Amino acid sequence: MRALSPRGAFPVIALAAAVVFPLVFTNQSVNSVAFQTLIFVVAASAWNLFSGFSGYIALGHAVFFGTAAYAAGLAAEHLQITGGAEFALLPLGAAAAAVVAVPFGLIALRVRRHTFVVITIAIFFIFQLAASDLNSITNGTSGLNAPFLLWDPITFDQRFFYFALAAAVATIALVWLIKGSRFGLQLRAIRDDEDRAASLGVRAMPVKLTAFVISGAITGLAGVLWFFFIGQVQPSTGFDPLFDLTIALMAFLGGLGTVSGPVLGALIIAPAQQYLTITFSNSYLSQILLGALFLAVVLFVPRGLIPTVADRGSDWLERRRSSRAGRDVDVEMPASAREPA
Amino acid sequence: MGTELARAVVNGILGGGIYALMAVGLTLIFGVLDIINIAQGVMVVLGAYLSYALSVHLHLDLFLGLLITVPAMFVIGVIIQLAFIRPLHGSERTSMSLLASYAVAIVIEGALYLFFGPNYVTLNASYVTSSFGLFGFQLPFIDLYGFAMAVVLVAGLYLLLYRTRFGRSVRATMQDRTAAMLIGVDVNRVAALTYGIGVAVTAAGGMIFGASGGGFNPNSGYDLISRLLAIIILAGLGSIGGALVASVFMLTVESVVDIWQPNWSVAVFYAALVIVLLVRPTGLFGRQAARAQ
Repeated sequence: MRALSPRGAFPVIALAAAVVFPLVFTNQSVNSVAFQTLIFVVAASAWNLFSGFSGYIALGHAVFFGTAAYAAGLAAEHLQITGGAEFALLPLGAAAAAVVAVPFGLIALRVRRHTFVVITIAIFFIFQLAASDLNSITNGTSGLNAPFLLWDPITFDQRFFYFALAAAVATIALVWLIKGSRFGLQLRAIRDDEDRAASLGVRAMPVKLTAFVISGAITGLAGVLWFFFIGQVQPSTGFDPLFDLTIALMAFLGGLGTVSGPVLGALIIAPAQQYLTITFSNSYLSQILLGALFLAVVLFVPRGLIPTVADRGSDWLERRRSSRAGRDVDVEMPASAREPA
Repeated sequence: MGTELARAVVNGILGGGIYALMAVGLTLIFGVLDIINIAQGVMVVLGAYLSYALSVHLHLDLFLGLLITVPAMFVIGVIIQLAFIRPLHGSERTSMSLLASYAVAIVIEGALYLFFGPNYVTLNASYVTSSFGLFGFQLPFIDLYGFAMAVVLVAGLYLLLYRTRFGRSVRATMQDRTAAMLIGVDVNRVAALTYGIGVAVTAAGGMIFGASGGGFNPNSGYDLISRLLAIIILAGLGSIGGALVASVFMLTVESVVDIWQPNWSVAVFYAALVIVLLVRPTGLFGRQAARAQ
């Protein structure tokens, strides 16, 4: 049997490590951090699927996160769904996010660059306001509660961890498939030069919109899982401006438009964020440190870790190859010099 | 009813003047540096806190304090531009600059929490609490003074931009950065000074904001920046005259809607933005170039 290449083996090893993680670290707070990290892996990958591939930087993905959480919460309340049956609402939450993503995308994707960014922020604030002001539906600032789960508190975090892990694996696989597909190539053509892509026959709007809706639906899925885990959602937590920024930063740190970049970014930033919040009882200090981390990323690894390291690695290989070639030349030189002129 | 409407319109126009001052700074920064300064909102709050510190600790008059806070904010702006905005380059510059200014906003917000705590504060002075009658309703003096100051400062900015050599360099850089460089404009210097000026006006805007609103805390920046962004996009990015018109228009609409539906008056901002962009993707006074990717 052919041995796996290091490239091919890495995801398998990472997955195996993730599967045994809750069995090794049984501490509940560790599992809780791990679960939230995986939620960010899903959300950052989903964000990258749209923004990283298409180049349209969206800062309003909390709309999908919150909408899905609220949709699941409202459905549970009105259909009187309790306990573990709530997980049947996962597709509903994702669908609600997708339904919202269609008009959102149709409006926002007509404009580009800064204007696109700002209109996603504006639509985000409309949703946050709606969540806190439509009292009769959303229960105002007190928010909604998730159905109560009669799970053993010892295995509670562990079960959620595996739910989130399944979602993360599925999302990463989907991003990987899309990246190699014709659809993924069309998205990247739009990122490089939308007008040229359009002139070459890429139907830009449907392509962008499809990516936006898929990205929104996955973010919605993450939102519902998070809502079930936390047990409640308020306008400020479901529609959190820091969420928009954090998932973008994760993708940037790892490498925009790469499959593994957002995953790596989430694995670094999410635990760091939680650690800072827990370590410094002063949340303001952790906020300053987080902002400083953002700045450091932007200034020192602007292209993201994965592309930077990949470049350094190939530079290193190149140098090694050329230095070896140089040595070969040295060895051969006398021989060639001995050749008759 | 008539009185309420008159009051709403007057409040909208006066408030619009203050927003115009802050929005002009933002749109100027966009025009010259091609970045959206997300930190503008929290810088307004920082300006308000500087005024607060001066008036509480040194018992300086709010308007006199501006002689200190405006230059201070100018220096802070230039430093931020040099340290975090200028080093950015390459194809991802647009998105990187958004993240960088967002990060600056987070750091400043955290620092404000650290120094001043999360409680709401207001700026106090005799003219904040006293008011005079107009069309049968009471109007605080601060709103009038603030509006007058905003008009003077916006006029000053106009003179600076349209009547001085520096202003010509700024406008040249806004039109075409490369061409400006070719004819000898030091675009780096123009960028740093413009960023400084754009931030400096927030000190003045912040003082009025802190004195006339219902108080502020470090978190107030988000609401502000989203309104300011709505205004400058609605106006068309980089359009200074447009920013003035859009500020007054939006604030008036908001305070009129506020009569009937207080909860939804803020949403009107964003709804108007979305509707205008559906019809005119470049904004009301925007140039076509703003659309090129």
